Amino acid sequence: MKNIKQLATGLVMVLVLATGAHAASGGAVLDKAPGKTTDLASLQNGAKVFVNYCLNCHSAAFMRFNRLTDIGLTEKQIKDNLMFTTEKVGETMKAAIDPKQAKEWFGANPPDLTLIARSRSGPGSSGADYLYTYMRTFYRDDTKVTGWNNLTFPNVAMPHVLWELQGERKPVFEERQEHGHTVKILKGWEQVSPGTMTQIQYDQTVGDLVNFLQWMGEPAQNTRVRVGVWVLLFLGLFTFLTWRLNAAYWKDIK
Amino acid sequence: MAEFKDISPNASAGEKLTNWFENRFPTAFYEYKKHMSEYYAPKNFNFWYVFGALAMLVLVIQIVTGIFLVMHYKPDAALAFGSVEYIMRDVPWGWLIRYMHSTGASAFFVVVYLHMFRGLMYGSYRKPRELVWLFGCAIFLALMAEAFMGYLLPWGQMSFWGAQVIVNLFSAIPFIGPDLALLIRGDFVVGDATLNRFFAFHVIAVPLVLLGLVVAHLLALHDVGSNNPDGIEIKANKGPDGIPLDGIPFHPYYTVHDIFMVSMFLFVFSAIVFFAPEMGGYFLEYNNFIPADPFQTPLHIAPVWYFTPFYTLLRAVTSEMMYVLIACVVVGTALAVAKAKIPALFKGLIVGAALAVVAMMMAIDAKFWGVVAMGGGVVILFFLPWLDNSPVKSIRYRPTWHKYLYAAFVINFFVIGYLGTQPVSEIAGRISQAGTLFYFGFFILMPWWSRLGTFKPVPSRVTFTAH
Repeated sequence: MKNIKQLATGLVMVLVLATGAHAASGGAVLDKAPGKTTDLASLQNGAKVFVNYCLNCHSAAFMRFNRLTDIGLTEKQIKDNLMFTTEKVGETMKAAIDPKQAKEWFGANPPDLTLIARSRSGPGSSGADYLYTYMRTFYRDDTKVTGWNNLTFPNVAMPHVLWELQGERKPVFEERQEHGHTVKILKGWEQVSPGTMTQIQYDQTVGDLVNFLQWMGEPAQNTRVRVGVWVLLFLGLFTFLTWRLNAAYWKDIK
Repeated sequence: MAEFKDISPNASAGEKLTNWFENRFPTAFYEYKKHMSEYYAPKNFNFWYVFGALAMLVLVIQIVTGIFLVMHYKPDAALAFGSVEYIMRDVPWGWLIRYMHSTGASAFFVVVYLHMFRGLMYGSYRKPRELVWLFGCAIFLALMAEAFMGYLLPWGQMSFWGAQVIVNLFSAIPFIGPDLALLIRGDFVVGDATLNRFFAFHVIAVPLVLLGLVVAHLLALHDVGSNNPDGIEIKANKGPDGIPLDGIPFHPYYTVHDIFMVSMFLFVFSAIVFFAPEMGGYFLEYNNFIPADPFQTPLHIAPVWYFTPFYTLLRAVTSEMMYVLIACVVVGTALAVAKAKIPALFKGLIVGAALAVVAMMMAIDAKFWGVVAMGGGVVILFFLPWLDNSPVKSIRYRPTWHKYLYAAFVINFFVIGYLGTQPVSEIAGRISQAGTLFYFGFFILMPWWSRLGTFKPVPSRVTFTAH
């Protein structure tokens, strides 16, 4: 029996090491997105930014407008403030752009954003982390058709849609010798021209936006966690009862 | 034909009702006794003996949640992805049903792997339980088919490309391969036809086979009786009433025991369903939240975790590795000729067969042998009852180094499983190849190593300490 316990401990350790190694192979370092999907004010602001800036080119084909009631909005508020592409509040979020034109202008169809936060998750980082970093690393690049490039997603077809808010920035690199190669390391950013928002305001706005995207990927996620707590409490109690029941039956077996 | 039993008019209403049913459906009463209240199981079962019951529970979870999913799912390449999102968003409690089903798939493999390892440790496949083991291996095979075809249904990128890669493997089989792959897909690429046939297999054909095999597995088990951690036949020690002295009625003793274990299992299961349904990308792969796109190949295509050990066996067989495998065949043949005490005619046949195998190994592409290795990794399990020559069943009475060997086997299984999730690299490739040789060596050399060492005396009665 002792051997089997040792064996089991060994197995658990292998598993932990394997998962750790999996997490470590993540790639580029991403900033942590600040939002919480339970923060309704942040989600509402994110929804506003989303329909104003993203929904022009991107769709959210599985997301219905009236689902926004889950983040504390009334159907009237949704209709009056957030619906530009459709009349019916039960409709899904369509893009304003014609997909054919989009393909012509950008060389690629802007992807649907309903599940973007889920599909962009990776080991050790959430999709929100990725998107938060991505939306804050655009810079001017005149060699590109759109005039913009991105550090997180190099050569992306998308221009910097929020540039009026953020202003123009350019990355500052430091060159360093590593293993005989010259590597560029990002030192920081230099503001080229100011936007309508300060750095902090912009980060906050993007934080709200990606928080909304994270929520939209799975609108049931807050319900899921809330229900889960009760389920586990019940099962904890049930386990105790069945444990005592089992002991009661087995106490006479010699 | 059972006799009609009359009951006293003074009996209670409950007894009368029972009597009414017993006279009209005696089989139910007979089977209940045979499989529950008078099925005597060894009283020394430990923790490892719960996974069979848990596998049944997960099967029920999968069937029930599956039925509800089919009510809303659309097996159509244009609609499938959207219908899954419809289930996740618009169907009341649809997200719960879907997560239970996706977590259930992984949970199924977790409990089945542990169940199989239990069999390995305590020699549960040894005489007279060979058929129980064979039915079990067939269940494992059916389960793999079920999981593979079910994984295509959400129609995400990993669904599509995973199916594309695996079905393409079949085309590596000489002569019939390309046509076979075409038959499986129903098209030249994975498409709507593939989705429709996989759906048919996933929701009805394979589950029927699975249920039939589970019944056979249980009936065969209850005919020969359960093994136990000591590997002792409890039927060898019966009391005057014909009941094994170390046996205990399955119901209520093991039913209450299993209910306790079930509640613990459900605790862990629910913790995953409610708090980490993606399980860090292992249960639901992130790429699968992107709809299938035949024109965009993902950078890294990895099967779900439960297939990865076998996927590593496949990837380990490169054209370089073929030389190693050919050398193994040659050395094996030389040893057989030099050492085996068999007539010269048989030796000649062995050499002839080995030459034919080596010729085929040189003539046919390594990709095909990779497929053979992957399939062989599963098929070799079927032969376990005849590979194990140990004089005792249970690991408890085997030499200590056997335990370390089993531990190494398990660690190796985890390592090749992990490597199967990773992109190919030089070092990972070498470790995969070593792991593959170890995996097959463990089984193929078992007839020899399982006899070696000093075995401990097996007691005549099971070891049991009162709870």
